[in-house]
Amino acid sequence: MAESAATLDTIAVDRRFGLASQARWDTLRRLWRHRSFKIGFALFAILVLAAVFVPMVSDADPTKLSMRTRFVPPGAEFLFGTDNFGRSALARVVYGARLSLMIGTSVVVLNAIFGALLGALSGYFPRLDNPLMRMNDALMAFPPVLLAIAVTAVLGRSTANVIVALAIVYIPRTARIVRASVLVIRQMEFVQSAVAAGAGHWRILRRHILPNAMAPLIVQLSFLFAYAVLTEATLSFLGLGAEPPTPTWGNIMAQGRQYMTEAPWIITIPGVALMITVLGLNLLGDGLRDVLDPRLRVHP
Amino acid sequence: MGRVILRRIAGAIPVVLLVTLITFGLMRLIPGDVSAALAGVSATPAEREQIRHNLGLDQPVQVQLVRWYGDLLRGDLGRSLFLGEPVTKATFERLPVTLSISAYALVLTLVLGLASGILAAMRQNTWVDQAAMIFAMLGISMPNFWIGLMMIVLFSVHLGWLPTGGYVPIEQDFLGWLRNATMPAVSLALLQVGLLARITRSTMLEVLRQDYVRTARAKGLPTYLVIGKHALANAMIPIVTVVGIIVSLLISGSVVTETVFSIPGVGQLLTSAILNRDYPMIQGALLFVTLLVVGINIAMDIAYAWLDPRVRYEGG
Repeated sequence: MAESAATLDTIAVDRRFGLASQARWDTLRRLWRHRSFKIGFALFAILVLAAVFVPMVSDADPTKLSMRTRFVPPGAEFLFGTDNFGRSALARVVYGARLSLMIGTSVVVLNAIFGALLGALSGYFPRLDNPLMRMNDALMAFPPVLLAIAVTAVLGRSTANVIVALAIVYIPRTARIVRASVLVIRQMEFVQSAVAAGAGHWRILRRHILPNAMAPLIVQLSFLFAYAVLTEATLSFLGLGAEPPTPTWGNIMAQGRQYMTEAPWIITIPGVALMITVLGLNLLGDGLRDVLDPRLRVHP
Repeated sequence: MGRVILRRIAGAIPVVLLVTLITFGLMRLIPGDVSAALAGVSATPAEREQIRHNLGLDQPVQVQLVRWYGDLLRGDLGRSLFLGEPVTKATFERLPVTLSISAYALVLTLVLGLASGILAAMRQNTWVDQAAMIFAMLGISMPNFWIGLMMIVLFSVHLGWLPTGGYVPIEQDFLGWLRNATMPAVSLALLQVGLLARITRSTMLEVLRQDYVRTARAKGLPTYLVIGKHALANAMIPIVTVVGIIVSLLISGSVVTETVFSIPGVGQLLTSAILNRDYPMIQGALLFVTLLVVGINIAMDIAYAWLDPRVRYEGG
């Protein structure tokens, strides 16, 4: 019995490295031909490159105060101008980008782990399904931003708590998507033949079910990155994110609000950066969805 | 139909129980001693004890839990620490403000979202389609508080057309309300317009390919009848489901929008509660709004059953 399970695994592995690698190239090629994926990828790449490299080539300090350079409009000396404390808006928006990307990545990783785990457990084990999904329903009944606000308000303001709050808000949504595909896949013939060959639950889940449930998960994670960045900005706009002077897009806009008449660039620039990020990720997600999982059309 | 309604309400009971339990648990997540956080460093131990007593935190957890459910059944969500009035009273007073702006935004969402989605589907792959979809994409990619701020800069500061914020009750002065509520409602609606337009377009495209649409066209019906009667009626079902999500997004979006436009609604109540660490208020407002959204979703599901006989027969 164990032997035939191993044979099946070998076939699965063969498919992954033989035929499947051809299929993988095809997928990449189709993605690259997809217009909105290309635009989205480019927008997101610009942001990531700026976040990584601008601090390396410029010595602008996002927290250095300078009374001499207050409210300098965008121009030669300061590309994006300065704020009420004379800090470079470019440096602040770029450091804000680092924080946003860090938070987005953390939320996506937490979702990939726990969302997939919970979704797989409840889709695969009928006994776990009901309790897990009732809990999920309850968490999803809270309006997302409101729940994130309440969790960060209770835990206290910090970047780590924002990540925890966003994970609590979005993991149930990811779990539900993974569960839906696991429910379908576990009925398929190759899963049944793995069962017949004597493969254990863990092996079936890991080798046969989860690899096939990846497409909708990847699509969900790309949209999730966008929501996480957007919600983080909302939280820190309301004063619930990282404490100033640490720049986040949200708190830059909250502070720049009172000077929006005389220095509108302070709030415009982080907003545009936020829009480019979210737009890029949404376009990227649209492309991934069209290519990887054409059945999905509506995302939460 | 009556059975569908009963079933749906019964189905919501576990969700409501868990939502109230989670909300209860959330208050217990406050790190450290709440009384220290609330009273400040200078508080004497007696003052702290008093605060703990007032919040019922000196009781064992199971007693607190029983009290929580007992109070809930009587419609008591506790007292605001800062305003000194019951949470339900404070929330109810501000609810009409939030609801009037959310309703305005919902109307804008439905009109703009449906219209642009239908138009895009009818003119698939033309410039109309592309323009509508770019607009929708931008809508779902911009944070509503930022759109609000940008609109204030443009329409209030530069053009001076609309006030920068504030609120006039609708029953006092309709035009005044309209002047104050338009920018908040538009900034609140754009995200949902984008969502709805995208979904309407894709469902309409699917419906327009169906045989009965071709038949309707073939027998010479004018386009507005084909679209309005045959296509839209069938496309409405997935759209109604999305409206439930939209209402939830609108209500949570209003928290931020009210802060941007200084509108005295439930959202502002919640943001000031956060600043003042008014935990009972945060807890109460969260629960109140969530239960409101759950109620709206039940209503949506019933509408869904009413629209789609298949659901009705299966469910009944």
